[in-house]
Amino acid sequence: MADQDTKQYIIVHSAKYETTYNKKYLNRKVWEEPNFNLIKSYIPGTIIDVLVQEGQTLNAGDSIIVLEAMKMYNDVQMPFDGKILKINIEKGQKIPKSFVMMEIEPVE
Amino acid sequence: MSLKRSILDLRKRKDEVRLGGGEEAIEKQAAMGKLTARERILSIVDEGSFHEYDMFVEHAGTDFDMGTKVLAGDGVVIGTGTIYGGPVCLFAQDFTVAGGSLGLSHARKITKIMDHALKMKVPLIGINDSGGARIQEGVNSLAGYGEIFFRNTLSSGVIPQISVILGPCAGGAVYSPALTDFVFVVENISKMFITGPAVIKSVLGEDISMEALGGARVHAEITGNAHFYALSEKECFEQIKTLISYIPWNNTQKAKSFPAKEPKTKLKIENIVPADARLPYDIRDIIKSITDSSEFFEIMELFAANIVIGFGRMNGETVGFVANQPMVLAGVLDCDSSDKAARFIRYCNAFNIPIITLEDMPGYLPGVDQEHAGVIRHGAKILYSYSEATVPKITVIIRKAYGGGYIAMNSRHLRADFVFAWPTAEIAVMGPEGAANIVFRKEIAEAANPEAMRQQKIQEYKDKFANPYVAASKGYIDEVIEPQETRKILLHALQISTHKDVPAPAKKHGLPPF
Repeated sequence: MADQDTKQYIIVHSAKYETTYNKKYLNRKVWEEPNFNLIKSYIPGTIIDVLVQEGQTLNAGDSIIVLEAMKMYNDVQMPFDGKILKINIEKGQKIPKSFVMMEIEPVE
Repeated sequence: MSLKRSILDLRKRKDEVRLGGGEEAIEKQAAMGKLTARERILSIVDEGSFHEYDMFVEHAGTDFDMGTKVLAGDGVVIGTGTIYGGPVCLFAQDFTVAGGSLGLSHARKITKIMDHALKMKVPLIGINDSGGARIQEGVNSLAGYGEIFFRNTLSSGVIPQISVILGPCAGGAVYSPALTDFVFVVENISKMFITGPAVIKSVLGEDISMEALGGARVHAEITGNAHFYALSEKECFEQIKTLISYIPWNNTQKAKSFPAKEPKTKLKIENIVPADARLPYDIRDIIKSITDSSEFFEIMELFAANIVIGFGRMNGETVGFVANQPMVLAGVLDCDSSDKAARFIRYCNAFNIPIITLEDMPGYLPGVDQEHAGVIRHGAKILYSYSEATVPKITVIIRKAYGGGYIAMNSRHLRADFVFAWPTAEIAVMGPEGAANIVFRKEIAEAANPEAMRQQKIQEYKDKFANPYVAASKGYIDEVIEPQETRKILLHALQISTHKDVPAPAKKHGLPPF
């Protein structure tokens, strides 16, 4: 808890307070702007099927991946009308959470 | 059979049950650094006070060849005893018998002693050491868990419920401890999780040890599921006995009184707190300079250490302390510290324990992670708990009391009975730095030397508002006191509050922001 040697500070309302950090604070997740062109796994699992190919243009709602997780087949769909730029997965692959499965771009 | 032979036969039967899963299994248990179920109970209760019941209960399994198996006491010991002369009900799962697995009879023994505890209005201590549901008994095991959870809920706020995790406690089994008031864990022995490492590995591919996933330290420091962390079973039992000495036997009583004692160390309170509000110190030093014998029994020491909670005695009577800790994260309120404090406030209120709040906090922890983790609903729990509490509530503002934090930390506005402030207190809508930046934004921007102007304006704001007198002039502070008077004044306030009685509006129950 308070076993750090160097001084640590927290800023609240422009005032800088000398203090110590705890483990959870040090391990907190830093927020990133979401990139909707990355199809990430929202749950870890196994890729049952890849239904599309690179370069293919699809409509919002078209199925692109079947991801097995928690004993269920999950239908991963296109979030908007767009083109498949890159596929980073293959059938049978086990993937962790937040794995970038595909990269896409919107089309008019 | 002659009477003598009957007695000898009874003794033989009892001895067989007391051997649990047999000598080999007991040796295995010892090799893991663990005591047996009965040894554990005997280590907690007063010597010679324990009586065991349901020794001859048999398991209810019939499938998978279970019909022919004998399980001593069905893997759980139940009984009654005393701690410091006060009655308690206890159960302890016996890992040497079928891994302490929970079948129907096992659960019925536990619910029997739980019903007894609630009826007799005495504390319940449950020692968990079990592999989980007894798969051979199928849905009957689940029924057993459900009946235990229901009784935990029914007893909540009526009798103290203490859970001791001295082995695995996995899957559904974890929810009984989670529903109880205090959870004790021991390094290398306690393991709690919903889904174990094997399943996590096979489903998610994440490789983690049992200790790293749900060991004692994890629950004491990261999850907040455990309230007391010990390095050995022996230390754990001492902690349980100390806790028992601080709490009442049920919600209609007050905690046991002890002879009044002056603080041991006559700490110079003035020397603990740095004059600069931006420098840290250990708030526990102030608590110890106030309490009888300078004793403070801290709860959840490792989790959300930016707020300190625990019991001490004032003139021999138990008091709950809630105090911001400038030494960790500047003593800010955040999701975890709000949860921690709120639950403790509600505990004190349920069991007639007055609450003393020591305040020194700059506000809420800024950050996207906090906002997205729901610091609004978590922070609201503190407001709810203090507002709802009808036990005596006394606040001492040591230094910073800014913004929402000022309101939350048992302010006059939430029905505090007494609010005192040290002359070092700064009660304001925010710290001088932040306030000057907003109020004098234009002057600072237009100044030839903005930084010099900023410092000047911060000083102006500090001189005018960073003190207890503005709040005192409006009656929000009852008295500005000298630090060394703190104990004396708190004792007086507690004495005046002895017969406090405030009616609450009729309701089934409130809706705290869980």
